Amino acid sequence: MAELFPNVDWLDLVVASGETLYMTIIAMIGTLILGLILGLILYLTSPDGLWENKQLHFIVAAIVNIFRAIPFAILIILLLPFTTFLFGTFRGSNAALPALIIGAAPFYARLVEIALREVDKGVIEAAESMGAKVSTIIFKVLLKEAMPALVSGITVTTIALIGYTAVAGMIGAGGLGDYAYYYGFTRRDFDIVFVCTVLIIIIVFVFQLIGDLITNKIDKR
Amino acid sequence: MREQEDYYRDKRLSVLSKTERRFLLGFFIERGSQMIKISQLSKRFKLGMEQIDAVDQINLTIKAGEIFGVIGYSGAGKSTFVRLINRLEEPTSGSITVGGEEMTTLNKKDLRIKRQDIGMIFQHFNLLWSRTVSENIAFPLEIAGVEKAERNERVKQLIDLVGLTGKEAAYPSQLSGGQKQRVGIARALANRPKLLLCDEATSALDPETTDSILSLLVDINKKLGLTIILITHEMHVIQKICHNVAVMENGRIVEQGAVLDLFSNPSHQVTKRFVEQVMGKPDEEVTDETLLQSVSTGKLLKLQFIGESTNQSLISQVAKKFAIELNILQGNIKQTQAGPYGSLYVHITGDDQLVDEAITYIQSTTVKVEVIKHG
Ligand SMILES: Nc1ncnc2c1ncn2[C@@H]1O[C@H](COP(=O)(O)OP(=O)(O)OP(=O)(O)O)[C@@H](O)[C@H]1O
Ligand SMILES: [Mg+2]
Repeated sequence: MAELFPNVDWLDLVVASGETLYMTIIAMIGTLILGLILGLILYLTSPDGLWENKQLHFIVAAIVNIFRAIPFAILIILLLPFTTFLFGTFRGSNAALPALIIGAAPFYARLVEIALREVDKGVIEAAESMGAKVSTIIFKVLLKEAMPALVSGITVTTIALIGYTAVAGMIGAGGLGDYAYYYGFTRRDFDIVFVCTVLIIIIVFVFQLIGDLITNKIDKR
Repeated sequence: MREQEDYYRDKRLSVLSKTERRFLLGFFIERGSQMIKISQLSKRFKLGMEQIDAVDQINLTIKAGEIFGVIGYSGAGKSTFVRLINRLEEPTSGSITVGGEEMTTLNKKDLRIKRQDIGMIFQHFNLLWSRTVSENIAFPLEIAGVEKAERNERVKQLIDLVGLTGKEAAYPSQLSGGQKQRVGIARALANRPKLLLCDEATSALDPETTDSILSLLVDINKKLGLTIILITHEMHVIQKICHNVAVMENGRIVEQGAVLDLFSNPSHQVTKRFVEQVMGKPDEEVTDETLLQSVSTGKLLKLQFIGESTNQSLISQVAKKFAIELNILQGNIKQTQAGPYGSLYVHITGDDQLVDEAITYIQSTTVKVEVIKHG
């Protein structure tokens, strides 16, 4: 190993992998919550929705579309003052989280909206005919029936997030991207870049595998 | 009935909660009393510049314990009509009372509670695929806030009632259409409604499964005294299980009455076409030349059965009583909820006097006799 990858410090690599996982998982949770809320609002306030509301729908749709349109590398830079204000610095894994969540949540929100639209209107109507409250319809019908699509959506989003963490590495967020860039690329130690890439690919595969497993398990259609 | 309702609306009873009052009211909804009263009910859809009167000034009363059919061609407004009853669709104007309670003025919360008294089943079943059979049936009970132990007990009863024992843990995707509709029916009955709305409940099913679901509905109607409103575009569904029927066209009811009356005496063009769906064209049979030619001696009779199930053994009775030959040449008899309906063509031969006596005997029953040809 030492001959093949002379410049790789394996302990550093473990730390970097830990940081990548940390950023990915925390950002995934944040994205899940924010995306679900935004997606639900988009769905519920749409024309013929349960809480039809043109203004709110327009505002949320506009926010989602704008943030989805901003390339992630630029979003990080735009958010620098915000993260500095929040954490006192823009370096480190925590400082990357707001950008990661704000970058991924609008994307997930759209996936949530699509997933909810796929829920059979007839089933919602059946629940209404039984006298269900809107909250019951949301939690016991919409989210439950859309669950496989919501899970595969968060899987896709999380994989995009892993890519984002690598980009965030460029501004010192830590993690495998950071390590590959500063120790590998800037020093021309390409064995480091190679090992980091392999590790990122493995992480992506693991998330994809877990996501697929869960989706298959809960899909009773 | 009226008085009783008024009594329970009386100020003295305002100490009772809404639910308690409704519960007491439930005791007085007896078979034969008025379950639903609809007056001047209209629904107008606006599609851009166009307006569609999907339901147009409908008046209707439906008695408790009856199976009431609504038949019409596609686009007649049947679904809109039935959805107006539980306000899945908001009426444009008019009034609907269900069990003495005005639906159109209920606020959101009261409407939700009232809906728990009105079951509904759908053409495409509309089950939650993420839930098992048991969990689907338990869903309306969860909505009504029924305790878990009681819920499980009730689900068991319902599964038994609709004949799904052994399928409790199956998911809808593992069921046949007929089984799915049984789940739909069990689910609709979970909160012990007094009224069941069925929108094309059998239209997605094959003929045999349709029959089994229809007998289940009749069964429930008899066992539970449930009032059923059944929407369909198939006359044989009406023929098999309905007591009364309304025929819809362009949002209006063009004809309504007892099923047998409509069968024997359809006045509107649409009704006639629906009756032909199950009975065939009325004059086609008579002009059948081969039928007429087969009769060279004796007489060709047309016997018309309208209702009266006691007439079912008529042919064998006549054959036993009189020393004559009876030969059924052709017939079309359908079973309705009020007894058999249809006609038989019978060739009768033997001693002239005995033949005449037999005809007189048949005429003394409620079966109508017509001599088509003398041999
Ligand atoms: N939500 C709606 N918006 C606009 N028009 C509607 C709506 N729902 C129904 N209509 C129109 O109202 C009329 C009656 O429709 P409805 O679905 O009640 O007919 P139906 O008798 O149930 O027909 P089918 O047998 O095809 O189910 C149709 O012309 C239909 O296009
Ligand atoms: Mg319809």
